[in-house]
Amino acid sequence: MTEKQLAIIGGGPGGMAAALSAWEAGVRDIVILEREERLGGILKQCIHDGFGLERFGEMISGPEYARRYAALLEKTGVRVETNAMVTSLLPDKTITAVTRRGVMEFHPGAVVLATGCRERTRGAITIPGTRPAGVYTAGVVQNLMNCRNIRVGERIVILGGGDIGLIMARRLTYEGAKVLAVLELQPEPGGLQRNISQCLYDFGIPLYLSRTVAEIRGRDRVRSVVAAQVDEHGKILPDTRFEIECDTLILSVGLIPENELAGQAGIRLDGRTNGIVADEYLQTSAAGIFACGNAKAVMDLADHVSKEGALAGRNAAHFLLGQAMERRGSGYESRMAKGLPKEGSVTCILCPNGCQIEQKDGKWSGNRCPRGEKFAQQEQKEPMRTLTMVLRTVWGGLLPVRTDRPIPKAAIFPLIEYCKKQCVSSSCMAGDVLIENAMGTGVDLIACDDFAPNKAVSECDETGDRVGKQMVIERAR
Amino acid sequence: MDQKGRKSVQVTYDVLIIGAGVVGCAVARELSRYQLKVAVLEKESDVAAGTSGRNSAVIHAGFNNKPGSLMAELCVEGSQGFEELCAELDVDYKRTGKYLIAFDEQDLAILERLIRQGEANGVRGLRMAEPEEYRNAVPNAGEIGAMYSLETAIVNPFQYVTALAQYAAQNGGRFYFDEQVRGIEKSGDGYRVDTERGTFFSRCLVNSAGLHSGEIAAMTGVEGFRIYPCRGEYLILDKVASQELPIPIYPAPRAGIGGLGVHLTPTTNGNVIIGPSAEYIDDPEDYASTAPVMEKLWSEAVQLLPSLTRKQIIGSYCGNRAKLAPPSEGGFRDFVIQEFSEAPGAIQLIGIESPGLTASVPIARRVAGLLSKHVRLVPKAELIPAQKRKPRFRDLPRVEQDRLIALDPDYGEIVCRCEHITKREIKDAIESCPGLRTLSAIKYRCRASMGRCQGGYCLPRIADILIREYGMMPDEIVMRGKASHLFGRGFLREEV
Repeated sequence: MTEKQLAIIGGGPGGMAAALSAWEAGVRDIVILEREERLGGILKQCIHDGFGLERFGEMISGPEYARRYAALLEKTGVRVETNAMVTSLLPDKTITAVTRRGVMEFHPGAVVLATGCRERTRGAITIPGTRPAGVYTAGVVQNLMNCRNIRVGERIVILGGGDIGLIMARRLTYEGAKVLAVLELQPEPGGLQRNISQCLYDFGIPLYLSRTVAEIRGRDRVRSVVAAQVDEHGKILPDTRFEIECDTLILSVGLIPENELAGQAGIRLDGRTNGIVADEYLQTSAAGIFACGNAKAVMDLADHVSKEGALAGRNAAHFLLGQAMERRGSGYESRMAKGLPKEGSVTCILCPNGCQIEQKDGKWSGNRCPRGEKFAQQEQKEPMRTLTMVLRTVWGGLLPVRTDRPIPKAAIFPLIEYCKKQCVSSSCMAGDVLIENAMGTGVDLIACDDFAPNKAVSECDETGDRVGKQMVIERAR
Repeated sequence: MDQKGRKSVQVTYDVLIIGAGVVGCAVARELSRYQLKVAVLEKESDVAAGTSGRNSAVIHAGFNNKPGSLMAELCVEGSQGFEELCAELDVDYKRTGKYLIAFDEQDLAILERLIRQGEANGVRGLRMAEPEEYRNAVPNAGEIGAMYSLETAIVNPFQYVTALAQYAAQNGGRFYFDEQVRGIEKSGDGYRVDTERGTFFSRCLVNSAGLHSGEIAAMTGVEGFRIYPCRGEYLILDKVASQELPIPIYPAPRAGIGGLGVHLTPTTNGNVIIGPSAEYIDDPEDYASTAPVMEKLWSEAVQLLPSLTRKQIIGSYCGNRAKLAPPSEGGFRDFVIQEFSEAPGAIQLIGIESPGLTASVPIARRVAGLLSKHVRLVPKAELIPAQKRKPRFRDLPRVEQDRLIALDPDYGEIVCRCEHITKREIKDAIESCPGLRTLSAIKYRCRASMGRCQGGYCLPRIADILIREYGMMPDEIVMRGKASHLFGRGFLREEV
């Protein structure tokens, strides 16, 4: 056993924060095991903005958020093993990971589980009907569109008014697909008010509450879905069925903590949510194994996942160094407003609070900060939005980009068309301006991720196979 | 010679088999032992696309069928040879036995009659079981009694059909996929078969078209057989459920439309399946699950095994029985395995429903016997034996895993996170697809995307492999058949 070693399983917002804080707390032998090619986890495909307000004090996109943490990690001596899929975790903390370099085994003194969550599938919610092509979970669509330049369909119905579904409704609309309906089983949507406002209302996408998909039709490809109203127990009401012709059904019906490894190690799981049960120090039922983020309980904000990851990392460090551990405390729940925006009010989208701002007798109320009032005024004059997109690169991959500040709503679609014609042909780093004064709008298009084609090319052998590269980051001197 | 003086040149097969389900592939394997030119036409993109891949995956002992029927005879023959067959073909098979549970005195009488019937059919190892014996497996079964069948087994039906087809193919059999038969005509001393895409000539035909066997028979001139499709719906449970269910449990079969009742069956992969229902439908390819049946399946399953929880459901599927018994009659009509005077040389296999999987090889032997009147069955001097499947990476010891990764780093990249399937195994599956490289063909060959996330993690990655390493365009990738497109073209313009 490498007694002073900390192994972190998962390199998303929780795992990266855990590594960073454990390093800061004095642990010098830390390894992050990440199954994908790069750190960042699901943030890499979340190209929309809305991240980082709590952690970095500004609103940035998912890839930028991941990049910032990765950059902080590069200044430490944390060892990062990418393309490393952990296939087993034993109660004695033995970890086995399969990589392109071989099978690795670790015997750390402490472990942080930052394994995230997975999406609930069609099978799990037993939607009746046929099984044609064209039924996807929202995260899969997000990955295909934002990371692989693959589009899934043209006429879309989304089941589930959760945030991923809402974000994808907007993203699909940007790319020219027609989102015909968002169906939500509950009488109130589960997503943030600001997402209802900026992802659905902005584009006139209809939201149907207390509705579900009663049947999927189509032999080879989805031909239509039958929507229906449900009662308060979620039971379908007869005679409320209506057919929507579409070619794609996207499911955004919940996230399940990803806990096969924890289960394998005999760690106690919550029977209802499948989340890891952890104490106030984020320690699981196994001493020295800590858990954070969505693997423990699905959270709304990546910032909170990082915050919890940081604590898990610190406490793992304290555990290794024989120091007292810190309690979790509060500050993980934001005042985020969920559900339907109030009628007649302006939903502020500047932060997740989603203040409902109303004007009465020339006075604004409902905003919790002065920025809200400015936003509401601007919203009346000319609504402004930040555009997040991807650009093609000459090497085939995609680079996420965004405008450096909001642009008039009317300029969004022309700018999207403009973006589609652009192609990145040089190296750049997150934050670099790619296009100055895009289309004369006065805003710059900035890169949301580092892009190094030469590196990407050098990692490919002749057959195009990516050769796994061990990335040991030297401690900055 | 045609009008322009060209001489017609054509390939004439000795035997053309219509349908690459379990029976068609078993016939192809049987015939590939002889010096014959054999081809199989399949309208779908893969083997086992119909009923053969959509069933309970149970090898029946043979007590359900009427003594003296072909069903009884061939089922017992098949069952008793299945273990050896699976060993030869390297197919996952497990003799689990099975319990049939009585819920009242009437059931008990049914079970006792079944034992007598089974014994008359030559089935071994049938007996009544006391509650203390079966209570472990079925805690909620009650005190009335159960029947135990020693020889009942489970098999991986997809692996089985694939192995039969593979054996036939490596010994000279030809397989044509996406070839739907449109018409059959007598031609010389054989037949001409027109498909959507081409024309085939053959001395003899074998109609193993399952749900469409009535239509194919009519095309050959044999009228009067109508198939009444009878849908069975299933639910699939996560692997965690199989820890609680080591053995298939069935209710005592009651009279009614032909089915064996909703049962719980472990699969060779470690999942549990619930089903099937039985409902006559119009469209033989209507594989839609319905809300009321899904509910009914669940409530009946929970009755048998109360520890099940809804969260264990990971999917559903349907399969349709090719029944000769019309709804008004119900029950089972015997297999038709016959050559009719209207179509000499055409062997009709009609109404091959359960226990068709168990009886597949005995059926194939009968077919060979019937064909011997028309073609000479001269054994080949040499046959290429069935190949062993590669062991699954996840099951290998670490040293062996390291050796494989050193040989091919694709073994070190796990693409399917639920089932721990490596990129190399996915590429092997892609390369071994006999027809189109569809996602479901890939999935059934390596289990990628069959786990609890149902492809959430690996679908984009498999698409990526198909695009980058096999040169497919996104809009060429299909799920099942050639029209089941998964993706459109990229939304970003192609020109640089």
